[in-house]
Amino acid sequence: MKIAFTTKGIEWNSMMDPRFGRTEFIALYDEEKDELTNVDNRSIESVAHGAGPQTAQKLFDLKPDVLITGNGPGGNAGRVLAQANLKIFIGAGNMTVKEAYDAYKKGELKNSK
Amino acid sequence: MKIAIASGKGGTGKTTLSVNLASFLAESRKVVLCDLDVEEPNSGLFIKGKLIHREDKFKMIPEWEKDRCTLCGHCHKVCNFHAVIQLGDQIMVFPELCHSCYACSELCPVDALPMIPQKMGELKQFKKEELSFVESRLDIGQEQAVPLIAQTLEYLDKNFDDDFIKLYDAPPGTSCPVIEATKDADFVILITEPTPFGLHDLKLAVDTMRELKKDFGIIVNRHGIGNNDVLTYCQKENIPVLSKLLNDRRVAELYSRGNLIYQKIPEFKKQIENIADYILKLQKEGIR
Repeated sequence: MKIAFTTKGIEWNSMMDPRFGRTEFIALYDEEKDELTNVDNRSIESVAHGAGPQTAQKLFDLKPDVLITGNGPGGNAGRVLAQANLKIFIGAGNMTVKEAYDAYKKGELKNSK
Repeated sequence: MKIAIASGKGGTGKTTLSVNLASFLAESRKVVLCDLDVEEPNSGLFIKGKLIHREDKFKMIPEWEKDRCTLCGHCHKVCNFHAVIQLGDQIMVFPELCHSCYACSELCPVDALPMIPQKMGELKQFKKEELSFVESRLDIGQEQAVPLIAQTLEYLDKNFDDDFIKLYDAPPGTSCPVIEATKDADFVILITEPTPFGLHDLKLAVDTMRELKKDFGIIVNRHGIGNNDVLTYCQKENIPVLSKLLNDRRVAELYSRGNLIYQKIPEFKKQIENIADYILKLQKEGIR
């Protein structure tokens, strides 16, 4: 399984970013390889419109199986992610990445679809 | 002559001033009032004229033709608004983000993104005695006011010659719709209230008008409430104060019933008359 997180940093103990479209990083954990990689999304700060679809496109290209985030994607991003055959879990906005992963594993996060 | 009535802060009296000033001026001049607050036009509540024309308004949005597309990716790379994105072998268009710039459509090497008209709202023209009134209204779910404002101004240019005094009831705020509604005005009236909120947003509006290099003046509405900071600010910044409209419960009562105020309150009429004189003087001087 490949699990994507919206985060404010690139470590396991970094905080999650509750925002989807304007998340600072997308962290990607590949469970098979036990490897945590990331995509820097901070350039989105200067984008006035369409942050949601743009971040969704980046996420789509990473082909994760699961997305863990805070508030959940908005309408435009949701339309993109609907194409991606992806399970979305929300409510992890105030956790570290590690806490969010553990909460997901224990089934404590809310499925947004 | 084109006069835009804007405000910064909402609820300070743009519509009250627009409908009263327009109706008053129409007693002796050729006047067209245009409600450019297309997200929530309300001047019409006070004009109640006879409908003489209506038309649907459209904006152009690209539509993906899958069979022609070679997935080269030009379209989403040239879109400044991220309204076109590519997902694997699919192109998605987000009409709410599209600014109808045609870049994706024109630059597509195989014409796979033809521009298709999409209805965004409607324009109506009314006549009440000598006053012409035009309003446009965005359809529910439409997010962009600017294209409809632009098309409404085009309609005015086409249908009313330069002999008309054109009054624009602008949207509140200082963002794109306000820029569109004021950018071709010869003079902008900023109406505010003498409160800290009014002053805060007035400053933003003043900065905006200065950036646009507009001639403008200020009207203080509900004079007597709040404090003197707005007047002090205007003095310091050397901005003309055209009028201080009275704070009177009767004004609110008439407004709430959709009545014109100058017809019922003589002191208010006198103030509207003075503002009208100011405008007519500007017109005579040929302000450009």
